[in-house]
Order: sequence, then C-alpha cells, then structure tokens
Amino acid sequence: MWQWFFRLGSPKWFYEMSGKWLPWLFVLMTALLSVGIVWALLYVPQDYQQGDTIRIMYVHVPVASISLACFPLMAVAGIITLVWKMKLADMVAKCAAPIGAWFTAVALATGAIWGQPIWGTWWAWDARLTSMLIQFFLLIGVIALRSAIESTDAAAKACALLSIVGAINVPIIKYSVEWWNTLHQPASNFSMAEDSPMGPEIWVPLVIMIFAVYCFFVISLILSTRNEILERERRSQWVVDLIADERTN
Amino acid sequence: MSEASKTSHSSLFKKELGALGVDQEQVSTFAAFSATLRRDLLIALKRRNDLLNPLMFFLIVVSLFPLGVSSDPQELTRIAAGAVWVSALLASMLSLDNLFRADYEDGSLEQLLLSPQPLYFMVLAKNISHWLISGLPVVLLAPLLAYMLYLPADAYWTLVLTLLLGTPVLSLFGAIGVALTVGLGSRGLILAVIVLPLTVPVLIIGAKAVTDASLGLPLGMHFSLMGALLALSLSLAPLASAAALKISVN
Amino acid sequence: MFDNIQFASVGEFFQMGKYTFHVWSVYGLFAVFLFVNLFKPRMQRRQFIREQRQKALRDKQIAQQSVEQERADALGEGQ
Repeated sequence: MWQWFFRLGSPKWFYEMSGKWLPWLFVLMTALLSVGIVWALLYVPQDYQQGDTIRIMYVHVPVASISLACFPLMAVAGIITLVWKMKLADMVAKCAAPIGAWFTAVALATGAIWGQPIWGTWWAWDARLTSMLIQFFLLIGVIALRSAIESTDAAAKACALLSIVGAINVPIIKYSVEWWNTLHQPASNFSMAEDSPMGPEIWVPLVIMIFAVYCFFVISLILSTRNEILERERRSQWVVDLIADERTN
Repeated sequence: MSEASKTSHSSLFKKELGALGVDQEQVSTFAAFSATLRRDLLIALKRRNDLLNPLMFFLIVVSLFPLGVSSDPQELTRIAAGAVWVSALLASMLSLDNLFRADYEDGSLEQLLLSPQPLYFMVLAKNISHWLISGLPVVLLAPLLAYMLYLPADAYWTLVLTLLLGTPVLSLFGAIGVALTVGLGSRGLILAVIVLPLTVPVLIIGAKAVTDASLGLPLGMHFSLMGALLALSLSLAPLASAAALKISVN
Repeated sequence: MFDNIQFASVGEFFQMGKYTFHVWSVYGLFAVFLFVNLFKPRMQRRQFIREQRQKALRDKQIAQQSVEQERADALGEGQ
C-alpha cells in the first residue's frame, strides 16, 4: 500500500513523471490564464463603488490565496522529511520557500495598489496586509536558515522544523493581528468585495483565475524542483546519461 | 568564553548530582531537572557581565526613544507602552545568544543530549534559568523606564504582569531559533531574522494590554490570550528546541 | 460576444476609468512575475547542463592527457 508513496519519493521517478505532466499543465495554465484575463479585463462589469479597480481583484486574490497555501505545504513536506527522511520532500520544500516569498511579495504589492484608491495611501496597517507581511518575514527566515547551514542534510532537517513551527504560528499571528487591528481602528472597507453578494459574472472568472494561478504555482514549483533534483543527483548515472543525451540549445 | 564556564560545566553537573545524593546511573527526571537548573544559575551568577548586559541594553534602547521621537511628555505617553515592549523584546533577543552557546562549545550540550532523561525537561530547565537571569531583571526594571517615558500610573501593574507572562514566551520561542543556529560558525543576524517574526503575537498582545490599561479599558481578553500563548509555548516550544538541538549537534 | 464588453472603445479600455495606473501596473507586475518564475528555472537548467558538459569534457581531456603521458613515459623508459 505504501509502495506508491515511496516510489513518489524517488527523485528519478519524480523527474520522469513530472516531465510528462509539464506540457499538459502548461497547456492548461495557458488556456485558463487567457480565458481568465480576457474575462477579467473585458467582461467583468465595473463595481458601483470601486469602478475598474475590481479588475485588480482577479490578480490579487488568486496570488494571495495561493501564497497562504505555501506554509502548510512546507510544513507537510517538513513532516515527511523528518519522519520518513524522504529527500524529494525536502527538495520541494526548498524550492517552495522562494516561490512562496515571490507570491507573498506580489500579493503585498498588488494589495497595496488595490488599497490605494480605497484608503488614499499605498500602505495601510490593515490586518490582512500586516499578517501577509509577517508571513513574508517568516519565509525570509526559512530561506536565510537554509542558506546559512552548509550541510544539505542538516539544513533539510532544520528548515523542516522551522517550517512546522512557522506553520503553527501563522494562524496565531493572523488571529492576533486581526484582533489588534479591529480594536485599533474601524474595520476597513477592504472586505467590501466579500460582503456584497457576488453574482456569477464576478466569481466565475475569479475561480478560473485561481485555478490558473494554481497551475502556475505547480509548474514553477515542478520546474525548480527538477533543477534541484539534477543538482543533487548530478553524480548518479541517470543524470550523467540525461545530460549527455540532452540536445544542445 | 570565560574561564569559569570552561572549568565548571561537567564537573559541576556531577557535583550537583552528588549533592543531591543520587547515583549517576539512575537519576530521576526531577533531580536532573533541578540539577541542570541550579548548574546554569550558578554559572550565570559567576559571570556578572552577562547578567548586566541585557539590562544595560534595555536601558539604552528605551532611552533612545525620547531622543529619537520627542521629549514632549504627551507624545512619550502615547508611545510608552510600545517602546518598553519593543525594547524588552530586543533585549531578550540579544541575551538569547548565550543560551546554548557555551554548552555547545565545551561539549556539555552533547552530554545533555545523551542523557537518559527526557530532553524536554532539560531544555525547559535551561529556559527557566535563562529567563530568571536575563528576563526577570528586565521585567523588574521596566516600571522605572516606564516612568521615564511618562506611562500613566494605571498601567504599571499591567506592564509588569504582561511582561511577566510574555518574556518567558519570548525566551521559549527564541530557544528554538538558538537551537537551530547553535552549530553555525557565523550567525550574525540570522537568529533575529528567524525569531522576531515568531514573537509578533506576544508584542501585539503585551503592548496593547498596556495601552488599553492606560486608557482604562477592560483587560480580560488580553490576559487570557497571553496566558494561552504561555501555556502553548511552555508545552510545545521545548519539544521543538529539543528536536532542533538534536539536528544541530549531530 | 462583443456586446458584453464593458468598454466602448479601445482607448477607454486602456484608460480603465480613473484607474489607468492601478489596473495596468497590477497586470504588468503579474506578467513580469509569470515570466520570471517560468523562465528563470529554464535558464538555470540550461546553465547547469552546460556546466556539467564542460566539466565532463574537461575530465575526459585530463584522463586522455594522463593516458598519453603514461604512454610517453613508457616509451621513454623503453628507449
């Protein structure tokens, strides 16, 4: 029963399988993205309060929601690393940290741009932006720890532990920041988009964009994990053969 | 590293065990716990400088705020709670460095890891002694510095109580970061980069409790949240630190 | 299909109401983000393969040289 699980843990198997998945994922992402972006930019009706800034939502919300998935992913990979000592899990965790930091940074930037017309300022200590910022710091901490430890094995375990501790902390931070923010100042009207009932002409393109960005996340994670596999397995015969067979381009 | 710690570590441990009248082979968890605690306290008391440094740092950082912001009492009153809390946070970060460092360098940390007692209690003992040495003085000095920043008199007890509940949480969280980085040659700022984001909830709750106390608002929620954080970190953080020590030392 | 488009003209589309900068900077940022994250791994992969090839080539040359050296030494001793 566990056989598939450990086969999945073999970097070579993953490399070969992901090579087959990638073109399909790429086609799926391109299709979803083009439909989603055209729909969001051309067909979504203007919001009666926000006007055309509602189109920012179709980038900001998918990116932000996927950046929230990054810490749980790293924590699960960390548990697998610590319990089953699976190398592939650590490679995924290592690659997920910088990608997650990218997603968080883009979510912060787009959130700030979306907030500007509403708040009249580029940065507000809004509960969501603040907890996103702290999540960004946590990710930077994991990346810094990874680069500080020289031994790959020790770095894997240390980062796994830090990711688990961070993942436990993320909800606590989120809760405390919300509590701090709601009592400090009146609740921002940033959540307007969720309060008002959304018709299908609003949420269908949003769902499409969320799936598109999810595909993008998976693709970029697979791409950098494949590089990491080649890097770490460069002495094994299958990688040597693969490099010899690769067409020069 | 000072001479005192070099000579005393492992021999002191044995002496402590002897004083407690126990065979080294069959030490109860409690005996080992109190022996570790007493040993660490004794070493710390012999190194006066380490004792004073966090306090001095705390004092200096707090006195930077009036210089940097303004000497106007009203403005200082507004920032007092946050300034004292942020300074306490930084002081406890700074003192974290010598939590496992000396033990790692002279090898007694490895012995601790090899001991048959549950590592949770050993790490907890180290945490408690570290907090008694570097956290408690900061808490006791805080009212004086709060007075210098014109904190309203109503908030003094809240400040001391939240610091009493909060600084152990800082030590416990910090210990995880120290344990993860103890084997690194050049650590620089990495400890702060790892640990500071984790301490955000403590800072938020603590500073807010003090601010609300000075405004005369009810504080039940703040204390229960802080208590919950302390309970959570007391039960989980030493486990994480123990695991981190095992990773770093091997 | 074209009736549902929210903009009357291309100019209006590019203007995005009052929010020209806001909307287009977000979509521009998103495009850069996509581009960087999809192409950086590819570049790294190419770089890695190139390096490994050169290394393999170098190793081969060194091996060949040492073989030739040995042969030359053997010849020298024979004479």
